[in-house]
Amino acid sequence: MDRVDGRLKVTGAAKYSAEYELPNMAHAVLVGSTIAKGSIKSIDTKRAENAPGVLAVLHYQNSPKVPGYAQEAHPTEPKPAGKPLQVFIDNQIHFNDQPIAVVVADTLERAMYAAKLVKAQYNVDKHATDFNQNVPKAVLPTAAKRNPKHGLADYVRGKEDAYKNEPLKIESEYVIPTEFHNPMELQSIIAHWEADNRLTVYDKTQAVIGTQNAFAKDWGIPVENVKVIATFVGGAFGNGLHTWPHETAAIIAAKKVNRPVKLMLTREQMFTMVGYRPHAWQKVGMSATKDGKITAITHEAIGQTSSYEEFTESTLQQTRMMYTSPNVTTRYRILPLDVSTPIWMRGPGEATGAFALESALDEMAYVLGIDPLEFRLINHTDKDPEKNLPWSTKYLKEAMQMGAERIGWSKRQLKPGQVKNGEWLVGYGMGVGTFGANRGRAKVKGTLHKDGTLVMQSATTDIGPGTGTAMVQIAAQNLGLPPEKIVFELGSSLYPPSPSQGGSATVATVGSAVHAVCQALKQRLTSMVAGNADTSFKGATVENLTFKDGYVSLTASPSARLSFTDILKQQNLPELEVSEESSPDNSLRQKYSMYSYSVHFAEVQVHPLTGQARVTNMVSCADAGTIINAKTAGNQMIGGAVGGIGMALTEGGVIDHRFGRYVTKDFAEYHVPVHADAPNISSLFVNKPDLINNPNGTKGIGEIAIIGVAPAIANAIFNATGKRIRELPITPDKLI
Amino acid sequence: MAVEKDLTQPLPNGEDGKRPDEARRNFLKQSSILTAFALTPGVAVKAADLKFEEKVAAAFEKVNVTLEINGKKRKLSVEPRTTLLDLLREQMHLTGTKKGCDYGQCGACTVHVDGQRVLSCLTLAPMVDGKEVTTIEGLADGDKLHPMQEAFIKHDGFQCGYCTPGQIMSAVACIREGHADSDDEIREYMSGNICRCGAYPNIVNAIKEVKNGGQRV
Repeated sequence: MDRVDGRLKVTGAAKYSAEYELPNMAHAVLVGSTIAKGSIKSIDTKRAENAPGVLAVLHYQNSPKVPGYAQEAHPTEPKPAGKPLQVFIDNQIHFNDQPIAVVVADTLERAMYAAKLVKAQYNVDKHATDFNQNVPKAVLPTAAKRNPKHGLADYVRGKEDAYKNEPLKIESEYVIPTEFHNPMELQSIIAHWEADNRLTVYDKTQAVIGTQNAFAKDWGIPVENVKVIATFVGGAFGNGLHTWPHETAAIIAAKKVNRPVKLMLTREQMFTMVGYRPHAWQKVGMSATKDGKITAITHEAIGQTSSYEEFTESTLQQTRMMYTSPNVTTRYRILPLDVSTPIWMRGPGEATGAFALESALDEMAYVLGIDPLEFRLINHTDKDPEKNLPWSTKYLKEAMQMGAERIGWSKRQLKPGQVKNGEWLVGYGMGVGTFGANRGRAKVKGTLHKDGTLVMQSATTDIGPGTGTAMVQIAAQNLGLPPEKIVFELGSSLYPPSPSQGGSATVATVGSAVHAVCQALKQRLTSMVAGNADTSFKGATVENLTFKDGYVSLTASPSARLSFTDILKQQNLPELEVSEESSPDNSLRQKYSMYSYSVHFAEVQVHPLTGQARVTNMVSCADAGTIINAKTAGNQMIGGAVGGIGMALTEGGVIDHRFGRYVTKDFAEYHVPVHADAPNISSLFVNKPDLINNPNGTKGIGEIAIIGVAPAIANAIFNATGKRIRELPITPDKLI
Repeated sequence: MAVEKDLTQPLPNGEDGKRPDEARRNFLKQSSILTAFALTPGVAVKAADLKFEEKVAAAFEKVNVTLEINGKKRKLSVEPRTTLLDLLREQMHLTGTKKGCDYGQCGACTVHVDGQRVLSCLTLAPMVDGKEVTTIEGLADGDKLHPMQEAFIKHDGFQCGYCTPGQIMSAVACIREGHADSDDEIREYMSGNICRCGAYPNIVNAIKEVKNGGQRV
């Protein structure tokens, strides 16, 4: 099925957060610091204030106070491990390009011009932005310090660092640079105080309700007085999972000038103000028997965070549960630097961890002289070795088989550099990915109208995967109504609550609530027809009825049927409304370990003279439970593969450490993959339901689409060239 | 066209090394202050001056631009520093044209000017005086979608949809230019349009279908 909002997107009618027309709207532009650490000595705003059209120039000395900023957490709450940057509260500078002022003017051009006139003088402190120079300062995350059983704490299964004493072993270090989400839509917000204590924001966010709660708390106003609209979100990949300083800056500005204020970050600010995938160092040690049984893995990681807020991710999770190894050790540390705070970026820590783990698998297989696919099959596990629980479902082997066939894995030679296409060296590589098959709690309201249409609402978002489309299809299948008669509305805090769209959990979470709505509607319709004393439906139950094409019929005698419309008319009801909340069954979730799986196969060609590496074919396969929409799910897999091509070959943030400032700050310097970088990509699904996870049988796709792609490409490059590159991105200079 | 000619000339420096517009603005500011001082009682000077000066400056700073947008002729008065992109989005509320970088690096702002694909973020509004501009809103024939729009829906050539208008405008031009004869050629000539969701293979398939369908684009 085509996307339900496709027409809006191809005609330009889809409205993203900066695209709402409000009367008397003013425009805001942020001014960023030009040092990485220190304090503002003085700030000269006179020229900006006097520039034509300027309504306000706000900074720490004159900004309206955000009441919630002053409030400390309740004494009984655990002290947070740092806190998000609070904008314009003092003169302290924590990172380069930190917002120090916001300029508001009546037109965008005037605000942009005036923002350039704001000049600050600083007391400069010595900054630390160089990861390598500061590695000794890495620390255990606070959560792990407090609780040694926390997922971020050190983990030992079997004997600690057992690989060290084994004869057949490898040990390598891996580095990934800082990577930036860079959704095409710039982070934008329109803030509108509709009354003194009533705020509406049109905001680019993945968390409608989370954002509503955050702003209600910040401004000390009732939650219902904050309205958050995020009908269309132009990509996010994780950077809409946090509330950022620019959002509050716009709200402050709107308060001050008493007009709606629009603030759209510049592309440069997208590198400094809305998170990133943190720079990470990793080390993997692995040992195996001659016949290919992994005997021990040790995986250590250090990820970058900011000086004011702890950011952590599950970098080492895949190592703990993917392979049968009896001995596994993991150690995770974070390194605070004078940079802004990272945020989960697609396939968050797992994509980082999988680069090291799946590269190491390839290295070990090479040492053993075993095909890397065979090596993974030897070490496949049918239960979770970390939690000692059965999997809810795991069809990774099937996925591997499908992918190997499609890419032509049999063409691969164990010895590198054997296959050529003219001057180009051809190589094949693979990488496995996994991510928790998460599910949360969501509520959906469904209204069946007497014209036979169903309108559902929930405060989830669609950052691109096609949330609305999937929900419409789930309802169509479960209620027996043609999809064109179903509407799913999302992206508004006025709708029933849904969690943030992150962690590949939306279809499992919201889809389960849609399923529940359909069951409830069927139940209501059934009682209505069963109450008809004079028809063949008398005494009918849901079980002996068929719901199809907007009609209810007796399964035993399908000729007796009633349309949903007629049922409502008989009852004299203009509509039938139900609201259903759906949560995972926690007792069941304690009995099973639930993951989605992916396996990616890459064919690359490397030019031996220029070092240019091209991905010439990719096959990405997933065990993601039931596939609701093959078109959108396939597209998501393709997109993850393209993201992985960027991770492997082109993307990397570079800081000029003299100033602690990024030199990669636009698309000319920071290379996201373009059309020419993306080959044909096939996405294949096992498409078997996981009904333990949720009634629709789905498992998430968004993260596993990228997890394992970068190592598949790095491994293919090794197979082509014999060169093992352990530091991303694999640019030509590393191959010549 | 006078405006366009002016813009192709290098800007001469005015007195004190200031650009002429800046010099003029300062002149206006000073002269209006002097006039105000001469004619108004002290207390009223500041407020009156600021508003008056601003109005005069604004009137002088705007240029007239006549253009055809999506088939409709429009006469506009714009600040010369306004980009075509911001003119479309902020003043004409044609928000189908997207801002993704403002540096001409992402292609989200692609529109057609006299039938050619152009990056509207790198085009100052006065540069399109007398020209025909087509945005994504003007591509369909009423309710009937352009074949490229249909093909993007069919092949799911997008996810979040933000780069989509630019991709479609570029894709139409790519075929018109004769640069859609092979997958590789399409990839090369579409590489100015970034899709971070990574729907590239689907976009290529959509373009191929339109190209091979032989429909008039």
